[in-house]
Amino acid sequence: MRYLPKSPSEREAMLATVGVKSADELFASIPAEYRLQRSLNLPGPLSEAEIIAWFRARAAENSVGYTSFLGAGVYNHLRSVVTDTILQRGEFLTSYTPYQAEISQGTLQAIFEFQTLMCELTGQEVANASMWDGSTATTEAVLMAERLTRRHRVVVARTLHPEYRQVLATYARNLGLTIEEVGYTESGQLDAQALAAAVNEETAAVVVQSPNFFGALEKVSAVADIAHARQALLIVAVTEAVSLGAVRPPAEADIVAMETQSFGMAPSYGGPYAGVIATREKFVRQMPGRLAGQTTDSAGRRGFVLTLATREQHIRREKATSNICTNQALCALAATVHLCLLGKEGLRELAGQNLAKARFAAAELAKVPGVRIPFSAPYFNEFVIELPRSVRIVNEALLREKIIGPLPIGPWYPELTKRGLVCVTETTPRSEIERLAAALSRALALPI
Amino acid sequence: MYPANYRYTKEHEWVNAAGSTATVGITDYAQHELGDVVFVELPKVGAQIKAGESLGTIESVKAVSEIYAPVSGEVIEVNPELAGAPEKVNADPHGAAWLIKVRLANPAELAALLDAAAYEKFLASAEKENPA
Repeated sequence: MRYLPKSPSEREAMLATVGVKSADELFASIPAEYRLQRSLNLPGPLSEAEIIAWFRARAAENSVGYTSFLGAGVYNHLRSVVTDTILQRGEFLTSYTPYQAEISQGTLQAIFEFQTLMCELTGQEVANASMWDGSTATTEAVLMAERLTRRHRVVVARTLHPEYRQVLATYARNLGLTIEEVGYTESGQLDAQALAAAVNEETAAVVVQSPNFFGALEKVSAVADIAHARQALLIVAVTEAVSLGAVRPPAEADIVAMETQSFGMAPSYGGPYAGVIATREKFVRQMPGRLAGQTTDSAGRRGFVLTLATREQHIRREKATSNICTNQALCALAATVHLCLLGKEGLRELAGQNLAKARFAAAELAKVPGVRIPFSAPYFNEFVIELPRSVRIVNEALLREKIIGPLPIGPWYPELTKRGLVCVTETTPRSEIERLAAALSRALALPI
Repeated sequence: MYPANYRYTKEHEWVNAAGSTATVGITDYAQHELGDVVFVELPKVGAQIKAGESLGTIESVKAVSEIYAPVSGEVIEVNPELAGAPEKVNADPHGAAWLIKVRLANPAELAALLDAAAYEKFLASAEKENPA
C-alpha cells in the first residue's frame, strides 16, 4: 500500500462509485458545527528551488560544533549510510503496515529478522515488531502482565526512566491499576529489601530498568527471585540497547520492553524510534503488536505470514490486546539493517568501546576538584556525577565552550540536586572527554 | 442436533442446568461459524460471572470471539482438557468440550433463555437474513 495523491478524475470516479456528488456531500452526516468551514491554514505551494532555499535557511539555524554528553534514554551512536540507503528504498519507505500481509513478503521477512534479532539479544523466546518506543512498550508490558496474572498492582523501581513512569501513570489513571514505587540504595540500584516488602500476592509485575536511569546495572536475577516468589512477573526495560553487547541478557525476565533507538536511529527531535516487547512463548497470546511467522507455502517454499493478528485492532477493535501497537516498521528495519552490519562481534566491540570510554570519563571527571561519583554500582555508558554547585549554572559555562554538559536530574529526583547524568558513547573522542574535564574545572573555579 | 434439555442464548452459548449448578458451552453453530478453534481462554475457578457479560474468549484461525455468560454465578470447574486440546470444541461442542461449570446465583435467569426449538428457529431466521 502506497500513499499517492489522487487526481481530480480519480476523486470523481470514487465519489460516483459511492453515489455522492462531492466530498462535502460525503461528509454531510457530520454535523456542520464539527466540520472545518475554511481551508487549512497552510502556506501556498512553493517551487522546487524555493523549497530547497527554505530548508537550507532552516539548516543554517542549527548549532554546529558542539559536543554532547546527553543520554538518558536517547543515545548518540554511529550510523552507516547503508542503513539509510536501504530505508530509502520505495518498497520500504512508502509502505504502511501490511494489512494484506502475505503479498508483502519482503516486509514480513524484514519483520521476522527483526524479531529473531530481538529474541537473541534479550534472551527471550518471542518478540513483536514493534511498539511506538521504549516507554509505551514498558506500559504495554505492564498491561500484558495485568492480563496474565489478573492482578492489578505493579511495583515500579524509581530507577526506571522518569518519563517512562509518567507514561505508565497516564495509562494507569483510568484503568484501575495501582502503582507503587520502590527507591534505590547508595549503590544507585533498586532497593531489594524495600522491593521484597512491597511485592505481595496482589502484585502483577515488578518493573525494573537495566542499565537503569542512573546508568547503573541492576541485579536482574535477584529482582526476578523476589518477584517470582510471589508469582509476580518481572518486566525489564532496556533503554540503551547497545548495552546488550556487553551485559548478560535479561533472560530471567518474563517480559522485556526495549527501546531500539540505539540501533541505527538518529537522536533527532525525540523520534520516531521503535520499541519492542519480547517474552516467553507461553505468554504470546497476551502480547500486543504484530508478529511475523515463518512457514512454507503449498509448494514447500519458505514464506512469511502475519500470525496471531486476530487479536489486533483491525479485527478486534476496542477489544484488541492493544490500541497503540502501531508498528514502527521502518525504524525496526533500521535496527535490523544496523545490527546485520555490526554483526555479533561488531556489537560486542561497540559495547566494549562505550564501556571503556565511560570508565575513562568517570576517572577523568572524578579528578576534577569538588566532583564526586556518588553511586558505586557498575555502569555501562552513563553515570551520575555530583557537583559542588547547580548543574544548570555549570552547564551555562560549559555551553560557552561548546559543550552540552550533564543532564540535571534534580527535577525528577528532588533529593539529587547538584547531580548530573553523563553519557559517553563511541562517538565521543578521548580529546573531548579531556576537554569536558578541563572545562568543568574552569567552570567550578568561577566565582558563584 | 440441539439437546432438548439445554437452554441457549442468541450469542450461541448453551447452558445445561442441574439443580443449583450448570454446565456452559458454545453451540455447534458457533463452532462451525468460528472454524478451527486454536485457543480457549476461560476464567479461574472461584471467579464470579454475570449473565450477558464476557467470561472469556475463543480463538479460531480467523477470529477471536467473546464468550458471554448465559447465567450469573461462581465458576466451580473449568474444563481442563481445552488448554491442551482446543480442537475438541469443534469435535464435540455440546458434550466433551463444555467450558465451565457454575454455581447458579439466580436460577430464574434460565427462564429468559431460548429452548432448543426457539434456538433452531432463531438460527433459521438468522440464516435467511444473512444467506451464506
